[in-house]
Amino acid sequence: MTAPTKSARTIPTAFAIAEALRIAMASDPDVILMGEDVAGGGSRPEGTDEMGGILSVTRGLVREFPDRVLDTPISEMGILGTAVGAALTGLRPVVELMFMDFIGTCLDPLLNQASKFRYMFGGKARVPLTVRTVTGAGLQAAAQHSQSLYWITAGIPGLKTVIPSNAADAKGLLLAAIRSDDPVIFCEPKGILFLSTDVPEEDYEVPIGTAKVVRAGSDVSLVGMGATVGMALAAADELERDGISAEVLDLRSLAPLDEDAILATLAKTGRLVVVDEATPRCGIASDIAALCVDKGFDFLNGPVKRVTAAMCPVPFSRVLEEAYMPSAARVVEAARGLL
Amino acid sequence: MRTMEPTEEILLVAYRTMRTIRSFEEKLVELVTRGKLGGFLHTYIGEEAVAAGVCANLSDDDHVASTHRGHGHCIAKGVDVRGMMAELFGAGSGICKGRGGSMHIADLGRGMLGANGIVGAGIPLATGAALTAKLKKTGGVGVAFFGDGASNQGAFHESLNMAANWKLPAVYVCENNGWGEFTPTEFVVPVADIAERARSYAMHSLIADGMDFFDVYAKSGAAIARARRGEGPTLLECKTYRFAGHYVGDTLVYRNKLEADHWINHRDPLQIFTSRVVGDRLLAVEDLQRIDREVADRIEEAVSAAEAAPLPDPGDLLEDVYVQR
Ligand SMILES: Cc1ncc(C[n+]2csc(CCOP(=O)(O)OP(=O)(O)O)c2C)c(N)n1
Repeated sequence: MTAPTKSARTIPTAFAIAEALRIAMASDPDVILMGEDVAGGGSRPEGTDEMGGILSVTRGLVREFPDRVLDTPISEMGILGTAVGAALTGLRPVVELMFMDFIGTCLDPLLNQASKFRYMFGGKARVPLTVRTVTGAGLQAAAQHSQSLYWITAGIPGLKTVIPSNAADAKGLLLAAIRSDDPVIFCEPKGILFLSTDVPEEDYEVPIGTAKVVRAGSDVSLVGMGATVGMALAAADELERDGISAEVLDLRSLAPLDEDAILATLAKTGRLVVVDEATPRCGIASDIAALCVDKGFDFLNGPVKRVTAAMCPVPFSRVLEEAYMPSAARVVEAARGLL
Repeated sequence: MRTMEPTEEILLVAYRTMRTIRSFEEKLVELVTRGKLGGFLHTYIGEEAVAAGVCANLSDDDHVASTHRGHGHCIAKGVDVRGMMAELFGAGSGICKGRGGSMHIADLGRGMLGANGIVGAGIPLATGAALTAKLKKTGGVGVAFFGDGASNQGAFHESLNMAANWKLPAVYVCENNGWGEFTPTEFVVPVADIAERARSYAMHSLIADGMDFFDVYAKSGAAIARARRGEGPTLLECKTYRFAGHYVGDTLVYRNKLEADHWINHRDPLQIFTSRVVGDRLLAVEDLQRIDREVADRIEEAVSAAEAAPLPDPGDLLEDVYVQR
């Protein structure tokens, strides 16, 4: 990994993402951005200012790269399909899919096209596509704007799926995703988009497929991804007060999965809790539990615990949404149960 | 086309509907400012005549599919504002038990198939309702409300093609408010009128002044009557304007204020309606004022009830995922 060394500033994840886009576009003329409002409607009349996607992440980029920031109609199937075709033929598109929930309207270009070309065509194709998409609950955005559907893309061979937990990793992972010759889904959890961390100014990449121990510990391993890393860290603080030493592993990449890092922390502590914002069935948490049983059975001193969202659509009402989501308190409870 | 003159009763209902929508939405903005409401909220202010005009031709047996900007459609279709307000507060007494929120208000008994968080998703749903009406011979129609932006979705084109082929009793009401989020319509739509898109499907089409209740009422009435007669679907484009931002909290930096002011000051559907009905002596000013007072009271009452209503029981989180668990 290119270790970030030079000057760092504290900026929110959304800004770190914009910075990665700017660096990627400046360093490679084939990188283009596509999405709804990413250019804010293009050139504006006097006295108005453009937006940059619904959360203004790409605001201003169109001024620097007028031909390469493309506002699209609300046509997700067209956007994704076009981006896949462009990627196959020499461009390096970065698509903004506003919320991952909308993947329902444009799954085919990912499921049956981008993911399969390399293999189906006998190793001849490259699809250097990045899809940036917002995931997660917590803003009362309800059933169709709050889902964490990365388990769908992580389950499709040929696609890579990454999810940062902080601004610095967001920048490095996005740069790695854009420069990857494989299609990558880059998840932007709502819970971290406006949280700030130190972000180095220079161009650096966080290699896809590498998890990171973000807090060392010896009694129990807490494995998180995206916004649940923060929950795991908060839980570790709480557990420490009880004299329990928790190690926190940030997956960062869901596909490929850093199996070695998961097994290493399990070997160290013998106990593992995995925290996932998604629904429990057929998901990342279950996958990790299976890995621990399959390849780490001898390390286990107890069951693998999964702390996930509930198996229902995301409810609107604040009280229900809180009950739906995983939380630091539920991680603490699960970890205590193992000791 | 023979113009249909609305009766006094229809006009009174129409005014009450439009005033209720306006007051409901203005109250929401106030409640958000006071920190009382969460979630994503999109107001229908400026577009009232479209929902009121179309729904004045519908009954509970007709089905309507709505959008993220759905409060107006719900109110015009007869959904109880108390249940709607309680829903926005996330209360257990909400019309969807607090589970849906603004973008998912539905009332199947009223023929309201739901607001929708997915742009374009309501269009095939209304098409399906029209299929039910046709096969079960209910005499009902399926009506889809959707924006100009949604007419760029494949779901729009696929639905219109199917409805035209099957001669379904469907009416596609495009609310062309000039904007899709922060992008002007002409940046993403190459045709001058959305109505032109009907030609690809050999479908009947009409354009209405979406700020004029009378025009929307007459043209949607003709389209709905045609659908009921079994003569097939219509694409009805209503030219309108979104007075406020895309969502509550939108800073509107991207929109020219002069453009908005023009519509707000000269093309307000409530003002246009009032001057017409008063000028032509169709309704008395006192009637309108009485309705204003009644609507204001009703909204206040809805807010007080919603604020006092208990929140849902978190223990019920897993209820209703399936009909039978
Ligand atoms: C499939 C999908 N894509 C994008 C969005 C985000 N979005 C919500 S409303 C909106 C604009 C819709 O424009 P239009 O259809 O013209 O309706 P209006 O908001 O103007 O009423 C967009 C892009 C969404 N909710 N669903």
